[in-house]
Amino acid sequence: MSLTTTRAGTEAPATGAATRRSRGTAARRPLTGLLFVTPTAVIVAGLFLVPLAILVYMSFMDWPLLGSPEFDGLDNYRHLTHDSQFVGAITFTLLYTAITTVVLFAVAFVLVAISNSPRRGSRFYRTAFFLPYVVGTAAASTMWWVDSSDRLGVFNQVLQGTGITGKPVGFLDTPGKALFTVITLVTWKFVGFQMVVLLVGVQSVPGELYEAARVDGASTFQRLRYITLPGIKPTIALLTVLSVTGSLLAFDQFYVLTHGGPDNSTMTVVLALYNKAFQSYRLGDAAAEAVVLLVALIVLNFVQLRLLRTKED
Amino acid sequence: MAIDRWRLPVIGAGLTLALALAGCSGSDDKTSTSSNPDDGTQLTMWVRSATDQFSQRLVDAYNSSHKNHVALTIIPNDNYLTKVGAAAGSHSLPDILASDVVYSPNYTKQGLFQDISADVKALPFYSSIAQSHVKVASYDGKIYAVPHKLDSSVLFYNKDLFKQAGLDPEKAPANFTEMVADARKITALGKGITGFDLAGSCGGCGVYTLFPYAWAAGEPVLSDDGKKVTIDSPAFKSIFGMYKQMSDEKLVDSSDKTQDGATWPANFEAGKVGILPLGSPIVGDLLKQKKFDWGVAPLMAPDGSATSTFIGGDVAGISATSKHRAQAWDFLKWTLEDNAQVEIIAKNGDLPGRTDLAGNKYTAADPRTKLIADGLKNGHTPFALPFGDLFNNPNGPWVATIRAALYGPDLDKALADGQSKIQAGLDAAN
Repeated sequence: MSLTTTRAGTEAPATGAATRRSRGTAARRPLTGLLFVTPTAVIVAGLFLVPLAILVYMSFMDWPLLGSPEFDGLDNYRHLTHDSQFVGAITFTLLYTAITTVVLFAVAFVLVAISNSPRRGSRFYRTAFFLPYVVGTAAASTMWWVDSSDRLGVFNQVLQGTGITGKPVGFLDTPGKALFTVITLVTWKFVGFQMVVLLVGVQSVPGELYEAARVDGASTFQRLRYITLPGIKPTIALLTVLSVTGSLLAFDQFYVLTHGGPDNSTMTVVLALYNKAFQSYRLGDAAAEAVVLLVALIVLNFVQLRLLRTKED
Repeated sequence: MAIDRWRLPVIGAGLTLALALAGCSGSDDKTSTSSNPDDGTQLTMWVRSATDQFSQRLVDAYNSSHKNHVALTIIPNDNYLTKVGAAAGSHSLPDILASDVVYSPNYTKQGLFQDISADVKALPFYSSIAQSHVKVASYDGKIYAVPHKLDSSVLFYNKDLFKQAGLDPEKAPANFTEMVADARKITALGKGITGFDLAGSCGGCGVYTLFPYAWAAGEPVLSDDGKKVTIDSPAFKSIFGMYKQMSDEKLVDSSDKTQDGATWPANFEAGKVGILPLGSPIVGDLLKQKKFDWGVAPLMAPDGSATSTFIGGDVAGISATSKHRAQAWDFLKWTLEDNAQVEIIAKNGDLPGRTDLAGNKYTAADPRTKLIADGLKNGHTPFALPFGDLFNNPNGPWVATIRAALYGPDLDKALADGQSKIQAGLDAAN
């Protein structure tokens, strides 16, 4: 974001001189430009717009997996309002998003503090914290599933071996424990990425500002409050958008680890959508859910980006 | 987190693309006619991963003794219907299509199979082909598929643990009271050994091992037309009551609460469980291990007055779009003949798909496999169109019923809720 702003700013004075020259070729340019964007436009249309149109079309149809689809108007959207699983999934997804976003930031700040220090070994920590991010979410979830199992898992063996607990914990037994287990997984897996991006933000704050502050007698807290935080605001905004969007679309960790259980307590919106399509084989209803989710995400991202932009101005 | 951003478009695109194909349907009746069906044709066959090794053994034996060649594709259980749905729409089904027997009504109803009534009825052993499978694979009086794999649910018990607990290893539990009493004694052995094992989050496991108790008690559970369910009944009250007792008294492993079926037999196969209700598919593994001696007993009514079993497994038929009908039938017919049934299927500890071969030399040689084969006569294969969605679905009403009954505060309410939700699902589909 900051990059675009800077470039626009530096180009502004040059345009006055170049205006006359570029006007002469203006007639040719749209066509050439169009030619250059055509491949991308075709790809976007073929891979995103056309499937999206089909998705919207499907959402107005009663579409079983086997057999022929029939038009049913707004019925699928009406079903959604009565679908307790979908409504429950929305609530749970919002809760999950809120917790995950806060936890990720909290842990990431601590890790930034550790790996940003000039002490020896900080590079090692940086690499170590980032490493889990390289593992795919499905693979990481499978690891967690095995590790947290009462029968096979290393977590229980360690806890029991060290005498912290007397019997297996049952990491996925209750709704609370299952959510906790998923959040530990997500934190372990994604906090490295969060940390690296924050670290880049922190390191891009000019060192002179800190020196000047120190000369003026600013305390550590004041330096954090008035220099670091304003300096990394765009980074925080970007990470919030990514984290919120990612959490709202959470799927694989729940699909692999909890199946939405116990008792449908960890059912996310995308998991509910997947189940509607591939367990119940009601593709029309699933398409309607996807459309609702898409609209919600567009609105949410629009609001977030809007907030970010006004703050920068 | 950034990586998660692709998901919506991908799921959306995947959904639409794969399933737009599923929408259209049709059939192609062109079939090659050849006097000798074993003419070197390349055939394709799909099975679900539950039968992978079983199907592979049959296909390998057929390929090595015939000019025809069957190329087998094994598809993960969970993705099977989705893949078949997409292929049906795009006319790219394989020549031979297998299906979980409880799902097959979905396929026959949609015309995915060719009518093979005449061929099946012409077989000399037609009357002894497992009727439970033939019945579910028939629609409007026509036969569309034949048994591919047959399995049956029973009670396994570890004779060594019975001996150690001071129980008679030759006397399997014959009613619910004995089952709980035996489980208590075995759990008392300690060292991580449990008397019983149940799958607290697995709908399929529940259907496979709980329905038979109810059938034995004279409760049909699902009506013949698959439109009516009876869960809120005295039979299920005793069944869940007994399972709840096992769970409350900690006669089962603590992990049973989240057991989704994936590792269900593992503890029994490791010799750490006294009694396990499961089915014939694990017999092959049990026969191979030498760690402990094991026995088999039928699943019984709560009072032990009768026994029953769930006859599960797979059926296989010729897809509606296959152009190699004669060759595909040659393979299916061969799998039902004596040699394949006895020397490949029964030899590995699996059940033959024909009742007249129940007494074959391999099955009869072991009293345990014989008991399983003999039990088939009391067995049932339930039928319901939305079977998977209601009973197998981990987020469906049957799993919710099991969990509420075992781990909730009110058994009566759990059964009443389950009854109304499952019935509502059946009503919506019929």
